[in-house]
Amino acid sequence: MDRQIRRLGLGLLFLFLLLLGQVNYVQFIAAEEIADNPANAYRQLVAEYVVDRGDMLAKDGTTVLAMSKRSPGAFVFERRYPHGPLYAGITGYYSLYYGRTELEQTFDDYLSGDAAELLPTTFADLVLGRPKQGASIVTTIDPLVQQVATDQIADLPEGGAVAAIDPESGDIIALASNPTFDPNRLATLDPKAVREAWDELNADPENPLLSRANDELYPPGSTFKIVTASAALENGFGPDSLWPNPHELDLPLTTHGLSNFGSKTCPGGSRISLAYALQISCNVVFGGIGLELGADKMAAQAHAYGFAPDAASGDVDADIPFQEGVFPDPASFVQREPALAFSAIGQQDVAANPLQLALVAGAIANDGILMRPRLVTEVRDPQGRVVRAFPPEEATRPIDERSAARLTDMMVSVVEDGTGWRAAVPGTTVAGKTGTAQHRKGAKPHAWFVAFAPAENPEVAVAVLVLDGGSLGDDATGGELAAPIAKAVIEAGLET
Amino acid sequence: MSRAATTSPRGRTGLGLTLTAIVASVSAIAMVGLGLRDRVPQNLSIYGPLIVVGFAAVHVAIRKVARNADPVLFPTAALLSGLGLAMIFRLPARMGGRPGELAFEQATWLGLGLALVVATLIVIRDHRRLDAYTYTLGLGGLVLLLLPIVPGLGKSVNGARLWVELGPLSFQPAELGKVLIVVFLASYLSAKRELLQFGTLKVGPLRLPHPKHLGPLGVAWGASLAVLFLERDMGASLLYFAIFVVMLWVATGRAGYLVLGLVLFAAGAWLGYQAFEHVQTRIDVWLQALDPEKVPLQGYGQLAQGQFAMATGGLVGSGLGRGLPDLIPFVATDFIFAAFGEELGLLGTTGLLLVYLVLIGRGLRAAIEAQDDFGKLLAVGLTAAVGLQAFVIAGGVTRLIPLTGVTLPFVSYGGSSLVSNFIILGLLIRVSAGPWAQRRKATTDG
Repeated sequence: MDRQIRRLGLGLLFLFLLLLGQVNYVQFIAAEEIADNPANAYRQLVAEYVVDRGDMLAKDGTTVLAMSKRSPGAFVFERRYPHGPLYAGITGYYSLYYGRTELEQTFDDYLSGDAAELLPTTFADLVLGRPKQGASIVTTIDPLVQQVATDQIADLPEGGAVAAIDPESGDIIALASNPTFDPNRLATLDPKAVREAWDELNADPENPLLSRANDELYPPGSTFKIVTASAALENGFGPDSLWPNPHELDLPLTTHGLSNFGSKTCPGGSRISLAYALQISCNVVFGGIGLELGADKMAAQAHAYGFAPDAASGDVDADIPFQEGVFPDPASFVQREPALAFSAIGQQDVAANPLQLALVAGAIANDGILMRPRLVTEVRDPQGRVVRAFPPEEATRPIDERSAARLTDMMVSVVEDGTGWRAAVPGTTVAGKTGTAQHRKGAKPHAWFVAFAPAENPEVAVAVLVLDGGSLGDDATGGELAAPIAKAVIEAGLET
Repeated sequence: MSRAATTSPRGRTGLGLTLTAIVASVSAIAMVGLGLRDRVPQNLSIYGPLIVVGFAAVHVAIRKVARNADPVLFPTAALLSGLGLAMIFRLPARMGGRPGELAFEQATWLGLGLALVVATLIVIRDHRRLDAYTYTLGLGGLVLLLLPIVPGLGKSVNGARLWVELGPLSFQPAELGKVLIVVFLASYLSAKRELLQFGTLKVGPLRLPHPKHLGPLGVAWGASLAVLFLERDMGASLLYFAIFVVMLWVATGRAGYLVLGLVLFAAGAWLGYQAFEHVQTRIDVWLQALDPEKVPLQGYGQLAQGQFAMATGGLVGSGLGRGLPDLIPFVATDFIFAAFGEELGLLGTTGLLLVYLVLIGRGLRAAIEAQDDFGKLLAVGLTAAVGLQAFVIAGGVTRLIPLTGVTLPFVSYGGSSLVSNFIILGLLIRVSAGPWAQRRKATTDG
């Protein structure tokens, strides 16, 4: 009998070895495949929330834009945004029920610890049975500039937006929108509260979830004249080149003409220089420049600045979703010359947003080199080691150095002697351009200001949008409403 | 602790292992509380002492009444039941229930089970005394096995008719019946083994005993089929038959019985498959468990959720109290192995399987060391009962074999199961220790 008992032992051992093989298969070899089963959705969803998602930090490395807090009672982490709505357009939200946006979406691999660079630390978490820790990301946002920009547009009745960048690195130092939202309301784990917030934000006709600074498009108005001026300079016309200055520009194919703001004649005689036309923002002259240069050159210049032929086909490599400005392909202007003239002064077919125009200003400030808009400089693992760094990158060269210097001088006179005088900052030279854009019959125009400073050695480029003319109604010009905001942002930018 | 408990090498081994089981069980309960709610659970002050006092008392009692007992048997079972209690501490009774609502009941049964180990050892001072009641025990076992079929007594739970209701009490008599039948078989086979050993009937290459000696095999097969057909309990049916065939083979040393057993098993399985839709469903569930379209269907989700839980647990698991085993239907009874897989990972499931292997090894060692045929067969049967049952349910949960609902011995929630397994443990300890009085005399002489 003892022989059979030993064999029985071997038999049972064999059965348990089969079991050991099977648990290895289920829990190790095929574990990922089994867990990825579409029918396992709930567990997959919850799995995301047991990750100690990484922080988002401002440029200073200490101001926390987004963080994870372990929620009491359950072993899950709740996403928190300590400054409420202040950085909403940069961080986006991270919601159990409604997904994620902005950096929460684009840097999800790092924040959630799934990126390959983080394997050493997440493997340690796994072995030690700790919750998986994601990496933190350091952004380019300057808390002071962001705060000033947000405060400046906070009281605008119809809202507005600001984008500020460092021209040399392409770093986005501020990105503010009014209206905006508090991402904490979508990140809470209370399903009822989240649903209420979500329904409320989506039902809001002002659409606060969309950032005015980089998600939407508006006619850029006269600020676009710096693009038209760039095209002229790049095509052999100097700042002193003289252009016809009629009361109204005759347009081909139509009995209508193109006139100046308030239907006035621009001062300076029958022919005025390119530089002076920019200084006084003369529509008639710039419409004429657009027609003279033609659709090919205008489109090429705009596209070199990052504008796309249509809203769906931009190619600027930004760290968060960015709606590039729009300037149509030349083909669309065939037999539509009037549209080209209006586009040259930033109306009709042209559209942009503050981030797009800040990129344009930044390129002019940076000797004609447009830097990739950078929002994240580095990724740090939970021990604080840098696992990935993103150095500044050159994107395009829309204009050459000489054109950039000439355009800078022209924009300096806009602030020193022209429409942009309210943007002047004592002790430094500001280069800028105003804009007032009609966008709908009967609606108040949008007010714009695009600027950079100091002109000799630029540290900050900014674009400001005041929607629907702000409080001054139809008479608003970019110079009156947007320039003072740009001034405040520039001062904050130069302070840091 | 008395001197007797610590002075012999076996005593020291037993004490050390028992302490290990105590520490592991109490820490597991504390960790479940920490994992679930970030604090040591308040009722650790109830369950902690139960485990410390209960396990230590049984250890001391074994040193008194079964002095030469195998020192590993009790601590392994104690560890399994302690870990089981810790896991039940965090599982709800049904999906959507509160964690731990079964813990008090399970702890009560655990206390009763521990008392029954000691009671078994005291009542059965010499296992050979059981040999005298062969047919009484066999009949009792059969009655208990088939009791749920009696109209008015039996009650169906989840399609299987396993329960007997007596007023407020409901229990699974088959669990206890299993123990009695193993004792009966050990007694019967040790008496008839010589008759069954020599084959006179030739069926092809097989030499089988005379048909009149094959009667018991037929009875066992019939009883198994009765359990399958009348109680619709596939797992128990398979288990009883397997235990019987294994004991028959060990008793006679004739592999022919194993072959014949397999043939009969195949025939029974085929019959079951033809006769019952629920058996067909089981097979389909086994093969299609992870088909995303079938997972939401009635009957399919459990196996899939168990697989998802174990796969999510991965190598080291989520940590006790930190997984989502509540998503698995009947997780506290049939699927507790998957809960361990999720929260303690591959390391945890491997550990559990190894503990069972230790228990099996020790049980078979007791069989080999037993001086009498009855003792040997008794230890073999009891060990096979625990080992095969663990294999059937762990194999079902991991999808190695089709799932049949039986409990994971010592670990699963369930009073009848826990109590019967502790009686099995008591009997195994008795066989390993030998008769109480005789050994005591031998020690005095030495």
